[in-house]
Amino acid sequence: MADVALKPDEVRLRNVSDELGYLANEGKRKGIAAWILSTDHKRIGILYLVSLFSFFIVGVILGVLMRLEMLAPGGKLFNAQEYNALFTLHGVIMIFLFVIPGIPATLGNFFLPIQIGAKDVAFPRLNLLSWYLYVTGAIVILLSLFQHGLPDTGWTFYIPYSVRTGTDVTMAVFGVFILGFSSILTGMNFLTTIHRMRAPGMTWFKMPLFVWALYATAWIQVIATPVLAITLLLIIVERLFSVGIFDPSKGGDPVLYQHLFWIYSHPAVYIMILPPMGIVSEIIATFSHRTIFGYKMVAMSSLAIAFIGYLVWGHHMFVAGMTNTADFVFSLLTFLVAIPSGIKVFNWVATMYKGSIDPQPPFLYVMAFIALFSIGGLTGLVLGSLATDMHVTATYFVVGHFHYIIFGGGVFIFFGALHYWLPKMFGRMYNRRIANWALGVIFVGFNMLYFPMLLLGYEGMPRRYFTYLPQYETLQRISVVGSWVLVAGLALMLTNLLRGIFKGEKAGPNPWGGTTLEWTTPSPPPAENFEEIPVVDHEPYYHPEAEEPEELEAAK
Amino acid sequence: MSELIQAGSVSGKISSPEGSRSGDHGIRKDAERAKIGMWLFLMTELLLFAGLFLVYSVYRYLHNVDFHRAGLETHTLLGTLNTMVLLTSSLTMALSIAALRTGKKRLSVSFLASTILLGFVFLVVKYFEWSSEILGGIYPGSPVLLNRSNGEILFFGLYYTMTGLHGLHVIAGLAVLCFMLVLILRDKITMDDYVKLENAGLYWHLVDIVWIFLFPLFYLIN
Repeated sequence: MADVALKPDEVRLRNVSDELGYLANEGKRKGIAAWILSTDHKRIGILYLVSLFSFFIVGVILGVLMRLEMLAPGGKLFNAQEYNALFTLHGVIMIFLFVIPGIPATLGNFFLPIQIGAKDVAFPRLNLLSWYLYVTGAIVILLSLFQHGLPDTGWTFYIPYSVRTGTDVTMAVFGVFILGFSSILTGMNFLTTIHRMRAPGMTWFKMPLFVWALYATAWIQVIATPVLAITLLLIIVERLFSVGIFDPSKGGDPVLYQHLFWIYSHPAVYIMILPPMGIVSEIIATFSHRTIFGYKMVAMSSLAIAFIGYLVWGHHMFVAGMTNTADFVFSLLTFLVAIPSGIKVFNWVATMYKGSIDPQPPFLYVMAFIALFSIGGLTGLVLGSLATDMHVTATYFVVGHFHYIIFGGGVFIFFGALHYWLPKMFGRMYNRRIANWALGVIFVGFNMLYFPMLLLGYEGMPRRYFTYLPQYETLQRISVVGSWVLVAGLALMLTNLLRGIFKGEKAGPNPWGGTTLEWTTPSPPPAENFEEIPVVDHEPYYHPEAEEPEELEAAK
Repeated sequence: MSELIQAGSVSGKISSPEGSRSGDHGIRKDAERAKIGMWLFLMTELLLFAGLFLVYSVYRYLHNVDFHRAGLETHTLLGTLNTMVLLTSSLTMALSIAALRTGKKRLSVSFLASTILLGFVFLVVKYFEWSSEILGGIYPGSPVLLNRSNGEILFFGLYYTMTGLHGLHVIAGLAVLCFMLVLILRDKITMDDYVKLENAGLYWHLVDIVWIFLFPLFYLIN
């Protein structure tokens, strides 16, 4: 950025950015207490970031171990019970401790108030409480491992096995219940913040699209999570008192458990994917140097996805024994989700058209996202259609599809967003060449790992088995090697980012030429985000040089 | 400039006091904000119970006659008494807020104390009700109950689960109300700043409303 001529106000910002901003300890507390007792949304975001990535690394290690088991058939590394525990832990940790809190709790916490020009979220102390609940839930889940053996039910805790198994499901389920509480508080906090704390002039349709995505996500968190809470409580009640609500011998219905579980857990998929979609809109607009195409449609499509997504849970249960009518209706509704999703993708592409594209690392992550998410989406159609679903359900095909959506879609954008916002959060820039190389390695490793799974599933390899028939050996081995490549890429990426945080060169307030409010404040932002509360008088992605060249001339 | 603030719709009203924020990071008095948060929280509570109401309606549809038969055995009299107790406690709760709003602190405290008292009465009645049923051999997994039809097993399973969860909410509500009582006595809640008491009241009304739905489903079904 040094060779670009600076405008006077940028010089001023640059001087301020030499300071540590919110990273400097101002209060009377010192050391770690200044972090874990802070109600500053930025510090809480970082607390979440550190906790989430710690669990992410644990989840990755468990995943790699599961793959390692598949190097040869016969279960040479782990026996069946140990493998059951592995996929349960991998699922519970990755879903409930990483992707569901995911972007909202980390980057959402950090950037939502800044993007709407506020000094903090609506309830800062509640925000800190939600982090403590997250940590408590995580500890309770970890404690469950040491009581009566590792939980072995899979992350879905399906009845009747979750009631019968001797492992400590009660504790694990209670941990997830606490995590749900944390998620609800974050959702409430964000909704109130967006309704009440926008800067002067920031009308609903001047909000950045990341904020819109967080808004839709927060509604899902608030509306869906209580249903999970009661479902989990019912498991505990069943285990402690054998009430019989899901027990057929007492008139109960195990399928009803699946309904209740997916009434939450399908919308939860949109908790995982809507925030990344919002970030994609941000990154594409910034690096195309154009305003987003069809802003209102993109904003509304988030709400539409949240709404329709609430009504499609049955597509997880096509083989569970629902009526044909229910199967048909859920399949149809599932296809409807493609409409708002398609609106987003077409508008993103239209934004790039005739844009002045600058292929920096965050933008390349978005490109990887579009490729992987398309594969995930298309395989989703196979699973959403009744006839084909019967063939591939409960096989590796589902595992492959799920990882293409959640990892290739959601988590890739989480990484991309870190590359986008890290210079803002810490004021320093990572090595961009290494970032690109890391992305390349991750992309290759990812496809080597998960594409063979789609093929394996199509050929009939069931999921959750600790061994396999000899005919699957080649594809299984490619997939195992893929997991090593992927881990190497992840290690390179994380090291590069960490090195950037501590040793990178100064990034300046606006390294990418972004137009949303976070780029108008120093990097890292001061404790109260802005020197004075900004007044918003234009759209979030207003690029005067791209839209009206003559007006810009006049301004000079 | 002023038009811009107006254009900010809801935010227009809120953004004016931004400058007058205290040094304490981000904690600023905004009663409206606290209420929005509370209503969202109440919604999550309703949805928590909604899951159980869903289960109830499915099984009642499947075991209509059994539910009717089992419903004859619940103590309608005690249920009615508890309904009256809880409704009265909602009234005293509302009166407590109204009294505080007009600056009558002592009146407010006594209304709040009677709310808490009525809450305890509810729990005591509930205790005797459950005791008599458990002594009669009807509790989850009991030999008496397991000899009954499936529908009756489910009815009593749901009865204990739903009234039990409601009971936990009454206990939580009482804890909150006791806390509010202390805050009023210490002048932390005053006639100028009573949103905490209002929110506690909203929570108490929620507990009441959930009971209003539980009452007919378990006591008046016969």
